[in-house]
Parts: sequence; structure tokens; C-alpha cells
Amino acid sequence: MTPQTSAIGTSPPRPDGFAKAAGEARYADDLAVPGLWYGSTVRSPHPHARLAELSWQPLKAGGEAVCVTARDLPGPNGVQLIDDSWPVLAAGVVHHVGEPVALVAAPSRHAARAAREGVAALYEPLPPVLTLEEAESLPLLASVAMETGAVEAALARAERVIEGTYRTGYQEHVYIECQGMTAWFEPDGGLAAVGSMQCPYYVHKALVHAFGLPAEAVRVRASAVGGGFGGKEDFPSLLAIHAALLARAAGRPVRLAYDRGEDIIGTTKRHPAVVRHRTGVSADGRLLAMDIEIVLDGGAYRTLSPVVLSRALLHAFGPYRCDNVRIRGRVLQTHTPPNGAFRGFGAPQVEFAAERQMDRIARALGLDPFEVRERNVVGPGDRLPTGQVLDATASARLCLEEAAARTRFRARWRECEAARPGRRDGEPLAGIGLSLYFHGAGFTGNGERAMRSPVIARLADGGRIEVLTAMTDMGQGCAAVFPQIAAAAGGLAGEDLIFAEPDTRDVPDSGPTVASRTTMIVGGAIAQAVAEVAGQVVAWWSKARAGGAALRLQGGELYAAPASEGLATFRAAASAYLAEVGPLAVTVRHQPPAEHSFDEARYQGDAYPTYAWGADVVEVEVDPDTLAVRPVAVTAVCEVGRAIHPVLCAGQIEGGTLQALGFALMEEVKVNAGRYLNDRLATYIIPTAQDSPRIAVHLLERPWEGGPFGAKGVGELPMDGGAPAAAAAIENATGIAVAEIPATPERLYEWQRAGEASAARREAAYGQDPGEGAVAETERPRAGQAAEPGASQPGQPEAAR
Amino acid sequence: MRVELTVNGRAVALDGHPMERLLDVLRERLSLPGTKEGCGEGECGACAVLLDGEPVLSCLVPLLQCGGRRIDTVEAIAHGPARGFVEDFVAAGGVQCGACTPGIVVTAWALLQRNPSPTREQVAEALAGNLCRCTGYEGIFRALARKDEDSHAPSRPGETS
Repeated sequence: MTPQTSAIGTSPPRPDGFAKAAGEARYADDLAVPGLWYGSTVRSPHPHARLAELSWQPLKAGGEAVCVTARDLPGPNGVQLIDDSWPVLAAGVVHHVGEPVALVAAPSRHAARAAREGVAALYEPLPPVLTLEEAESLPLLASVAMETGAVEAALARAERVIEGTYRTGYQEHVYIECQGMTAWFEPDGGLAAVGSMQCPYYVHKALVHAFGLPAEAVRVRASAVGGGFGGKEDFPSLLAIHAALLARAAGRPVRLAYDRGEDIIGTTKRHPAVVRHRTGVSADGRLLAMDIEIVLDGGAYRTLSPVVLSRALLHAFGPYRCDNVRIRGRVLQTHTPPNGAFRGFGAPQVEFAAERQMDRIARALGLDPFEVRERNVVGPGDRLPTGQVLDATASARLCLEEAAARTRFRARWRECEAARPGRRDGEPLAGIGLSLYFHGAGFTGNGERAMRSPVIARLADGGRIEVLTAMTDMGQGCAAVFPQIAAAAGGLAGEDLIFAEPDTRDVPDSGPTVASRTTMIVGGAIAQAVAEVAGQVVAWWSKARAGGAALRLQGGELYAAPASEGLATFRAAASAYLAEVGPLAVTVRHQPPAEHSFDEARYQGDAYPTYAWGADVVEVEVDPDTLAVRPVAVTAVCEVGRAIHPVLCAGQIEGGTLQALGFALMEEVKVNAGRYLNDRLATYIIPTAQDSPRIAVHLLERPWEGGPFGAKGVGELPMDGGAPAAAAAIENATGIAVAEIPATPERLYEWQRAGEASAARREAAYGQDPGEGAVAETERPRAGQAAEPGASQPGQPEAAR
Repeated sequence: MRVELTVNGRAVALDGHPMERLLDVLRERLSLPGTKEGCGEGECGACAVLLDGEPVLSCLVPLLQCGGRRIDTVEAIAHGPARGFVEDFVAAGGVQCGACTPGIVVTAWALLQRNPSPTREQVAEALAGNLCRCTGYEGIFRALARKDEDSHAPSRPGETS
């Protein structure tokens, strides 16, 4: 093999890559555990019901088995996340289909499934609340609001007020490895859990809470993680409690390993959203006022919904300047399975709405999609509606211009617009769409300041530096990126470093592996900690062995001067340090920029340490007869601060972009009476290699001083841009104003028919072309609801909602 | 029912139910958990193995079909003739979480035996039954469709594309 460099900006093969590709990595359900039993879950078939009777009849269980219900809990019946309102097991009343009411365990998977027969549950159905319209009757799960400027006055002054309502659906994570967790009690009463998770310390906290154990009696370890995308942020906390309850009852290790059907039925999804915009604009397309309302369907329990809503609110205005902004957001409660974390965390929903609204504004004013964005885009020194003054790396304009130039966007968009009416039957309709997007990297608001995540670097045997963090590699690549950062920061070679497994017995709580924070926040602390340890070794060696000479560490070798030969390897020096001085360990806590602050009551201030930026151009072909959409090509221009490992960085953008296209075009959770109908990969369709367009990623780098070597968080960014650009391309191809996703052929057909009907009505009424009002002509009337105007004049009453 | 088969070059004799899934036989009885289960119904391809050299989905193959036949799993393939290919696959960014990767390695290796330099379309067709949720398939195309001029590496400032 050729020697691999690990320098910043190069792409060495990821260290876990071969083992994964050769089937040697051990995921949650691959771990061999002696004496293991398997668990299974009895779930509610009703969306809302009183659990009138719940009993365990061991004779019906078909053999040796144990059962756990809410009556058997040793502590509070709640999964500790931001609160503990999510029940571990239903007690008294079930609030959604699929809610766990009892757990069983038996010596084999088959026996565990069979043992569910031993659970007798009697339900008395109660009236369920299944839609957002009905949900107004239940208590809110969360609400937030912010206002800046004088919105009503600005709307009244605006030359035009454009309204739009946008909807996004559920999305299922479909990590290829389903959820899995094994738990057992040690002879000394300690509790251990190992499985597939993003956040070992979230699971740890939940187990401590549910079992009333001291923190040091609970040990949580992440196995190899076969994809997360947020789906293994919240849910593993519940799964670990379940496995541990069964282990306690069985007196032996128990594993819960979901199959795909149970994983789809039983775990959280992306929140469906309705976002309403009322935007005041000047005649030349400048944004004067935004009035935005966000409604998320939280499902039955709160999970992480308040935080999802916060992030939604803080991205709802898009990467645009506007002085007068009001946003109100609510998470409604329904008797449907709880929704939770999913890559993007509220931002993909609101950025879909913001970008579709920009396109609607452009059409109303006769601008093209590039022009309307170009006139309003934020840049360095501009103020977001939160009052946050953007740093010098605010790169939305760069991304926009680069994406448009690389694709000849404006000319091709005009060509497709002009060609549309003249197209012959049967010929595919071509369209091109643009989106501009941003994503706040790191925890929202004061999150990073409150956590001040620690990492530890210490000298280990052999003179290596061991780095300890709680971060898991769920595919995103911290297993490759952390060593690059550490080596570059310390002047070390890759062999000088080892990285501890994420095991709460050993590693500090450096926070969850979420929120695009791993490289930027934790990577930054690693750089400092490793540099500090290496620096102390070098200083000692200089004094003890080199007569106080100034030394320099490069590639794991100590040098006296640039041209001289190496004096010693770092490992030799560090071994000597260990022998003569003793152990050396340094804890570094992430330090947020001192000048940043955020007012959580008013949603004003520095909502995120910094932002990553992107612009997507999506090209589609639409079959004029079937309205099947084929994405042909995507150009994604993303500004990421610094790409530590360009292949993995681009891999995040490639993969996130395809997830976003799935969200936009095909992924649809069908729900009937509160029940997910498509609980199989045969019916919940995600993009295959044949559905995937060519995705060309162009990385732009404006190093951000707060991140290691300038890196910003990138993991979630690409989830924000693909859907609105795909929807815009469909509109460019077909004239159908896509305001809702997924834009499946069936829905496109419905919207096209509705659009034709409304255009025909309009022509009959006015006897003329709809002209500028064409914006509204493809509005889809909803049941029990009048079609909303695409553009209304100030003072015109809002359409019925 | 007793079944004799060859797994990764080793003769194996097993007693089992004729409808026992080959996937379970490999993972749970032969300690070969490199073959993954992603859906259990032939939709995702994570459980692909070679049966007499042809890729099959081991979640759909009952033990009774395996008598007298040769099974090769990802463990043997990656450490055998496909080692160089697997290294290239990792370097190109074909691996992220790795849960789909064993199935993709098996299927792609079978493709490369038939067609050493496939086009992007041929790769997409061969891998249409292997779902990957991480890579957007782009890193996988880069690794496999090497002659395809459009399966380019990501560009960075200062590079032409």
C-alpha cells in the first residue's frame, strides 16, 4: 500500500472502512453474548384507548419466558430526554398505535415472538385525535415565538403581500441497521447496555433515571452504528430501558433487535409540518416583512419536539435579509406515534417552505428564481432576524453564484419556462430548480455554552496519546476526521494516536453525536487537548534532554531546527515522560465564542456559533403522461469552512442530498386511522442506485476561526436544499406549483387537475388569460378549504384556514 | 434435515429445518455475522452472498436449497481475491456506516467478474437491489464505474471540474 498522508484537506481511507466492508465490524445484533435471551414488544393496536386489563399468562407463552409491564418498573415511567414525559410502557391509557404496553423475553428470537401470546391486553377504545386540525383541542407539546421590527406596519406598506402554505410529510430514517440493544446486570448490581446509538450519555442518563441507580453503576457502550440520521438520537434511550427491564426480569442478558417492520412501526420519524408564509415585498422583489407560522405534528409524546421547533424557527426565514419578521411555531399533539430527531431537525421542513415561497414571490413579480434570491441574500456583517450579525464566512452569495454559473441556471430555467407550452405529448418535460439554504452548526442557542463539552487527551502505554470522547461514528466519519485533526494539531503521525471506544465507563460526556457538532465542536476541543499534551511532552524533553533548546514536533518526530535531523520520536519522548514524570492527562472543554449570547425568551442573539451554506440546482425530467419525476442531475455547492477530509465531507453532502430527494419525491409514510400502513422496504420506497441522479458536489471553503482548522459542521446541511430545488424543477417542467412534498406522481396528477379546473373557471369568469395571477392557478384546493390566493393585495382578507 | 454444503471453502454439515434461512445459518450457527439483515424480505440487499458464484439474497434462500452447493460470504470474499477492490472501494468513499457494504461488496464483486469495467448505468442496474442510505451511491459509483467521466471526485477551490 502507498503511504497515506493524514494532513488536513487530504482523504486517507477511513480507518474503519475495510473492517466494515469485510463484515468484521460488530453492530448491535452481531455481538456474541453468552446466555443471551431475546426480547419482543407487545404494542397497542389502537391510537387511543384505555388499557382495561393487562395480564401475563405464562402457560400461553409457549415455554420459558418473562414479561414486564408498567407495573414492574423500578423507577419513574418516563424516558429522560429533555423531560421524562415519554412513557417507558403504557400505563392505563395508550396514546398511539404501536405504543409498547408489555415486554417479553425468551431464550430465542422465535420463542420471544411466540411469548407475546402470553400477554392478554383488553382495550376500551377512546376517540382519537389524528389530524392537525383536530389537534387544536389537545394541549400543545411546545410553542415558540419571535418578532423583530414592525411586521404589520411593513406588511401594510408593502407593494405586494404574497401568501403561501407549504406542507412536508413524515420521513422514516431507514438506517440500514435496525435498532438494537443488549442489556444485562452485573453481579455487583451494575447495569450495562451496548447497542446502536448516537448518544451514549443520553442512554446513560435515561437508564440512571429509570432504574434509580447511581451514575457510576450504569455503563453504556456504542457498538458499530449502521446509520443514524437522528433516528438513534432519542429512541435508543427507550430501547435500552426496555432491554434492561427484561434483563432484570430474566436475570440474564437480553437483546431487543428490531426487524424492519417493527423499526418502522415503533420508532420516531421526521415531524410532518405545515408552514404558512405571508411576505411583504417591494415591486423589485425586496423582502420587507415576513409573517411565518410553523405547525409541527409531534405525535403522542414530546420527545425532542421543543428543540426541533427551536431549530425550525431559527431557519424559517431562510438565508435572507429582512428587518420585520414574526414567527410563531407550535408542536401539536396527536394520537399518532411520537416524532423525533431526523437529520436537519426541523430545518428541512421550514427551508422547503421558505424556498418555495421565494419562488412564488419571483413568479408574482416576474423575476427569475436567481434574481429574487440575489436581491435578498445575506452576507458578512448582515443581521439575521434574530439579531445575529453574520461573521465573515457567511457565504450564501458565493454558493448561489457558483451554483448558477456552473449550471447556466438562469438561461436554462428560462428555456424550460418558454418550452413548456409548446411541448408535444409523450416528450419528457425538462425542468431545473434552484435552492439556497443554510444550517446552523452546533447546538441551538446556549446549548454548547451550557454543556461546554469536555474531551480528554492523555499519555497511554507506548507513548501514544489516547483521545477520549463520547462521539460515535454512525458513518459520518469521525473515526477518520478526529485522527486527522489530532495529528495536525499535535504535529503527530497517525500511529501516535489512539481513540477510545465510546464507553461511558471510560470517556467523558462530550455531548451527543448530533446537530452537525462533532467535527466543529468536539474536533476543536480534541485539537486543543492533543496540542496541550504534545506541547507538555516537548517542553519537558527540551528541558530534560536538549538543554532547553526550542524544539518542534512534526509528523511525530522532534526537531531542533527546521533543517536538522530528528532528535527522537514523539513516542520515545512520551514514554520517557511517563517513566520519569508520570501520567499526563488534559481535559479541554469546548469554549464558545465569548462575545456570543442568546436570549432564549425572545429568540434574539447568536442562535448558532456559525452557519454552513449551500445552493442546489436540481434537474429533472417529468413524464408528461404519468408525471413520474426522474431527477437527472444535482449540483450542490456547499461552503463548509474547511473540508478536513474532502471525500467524507462530500460524502455527507452526496448522501444527504439523495435523502432530501427521497423526502421530496418518493418517501411517503401512509397513515390510516393513526396506523402506519407501509412498514416494509417494499412499500416505503427510498432511492436506489437507479433512482439516484448524478450528484456533483463543489466544496467552497471559508475557514471559520471557531472551528478546528476552520471546519464548520456539515452533516445536516445537505438535507435542507434538495427538496425545494426538486420541487422548483418540477414546477419549471410542468407548471405545477408544488407546495407539498412528497410530490408523488399521484399527487402531481391531482394538483395538475385542480390547477386546470381552476384555470378553466378563471377563464370562464374573466374570459382572459390569468396572466400574473397564474401564480395561484395551480393552487390545490384542500378538502373543506378554499384555494388560497397565491398573491393578495394588502388589506385583502386571508383565505380560510 | 441434514444438509452438506461448502461455506467459504470449508465443508459444513448441518441439521436444521429445511426452511431455515441461509442468513440465520450463517449469522447464528456459523458465526459469520458479516452478512447483514436489513429487511428480511429481499428488498435491501444487505444479506447478499454468493451461491455457486452468483449473488443471492440469503434472507430468501432456505437451507434446503443449499445442499451440495458453495456459499461465499463477504468475510472470505473481502480477504480473498477482492481485497484490492475493497481497498479501492473504501478509498473512493464507498463506505459510510457500513451496514449495506457487505452486500454491496458481494454484489459488486460478482458484477466485476462478469464485467471488469462497467459503466455507471451497468453499476446502477447491478446494484439496484442494494439499498444504501448514507452515500447517495456517488462514492460507490466512483469506486466501480472508473471509466465514467462524470463520476468525478468532489471539486474544491482551485480545481477544475
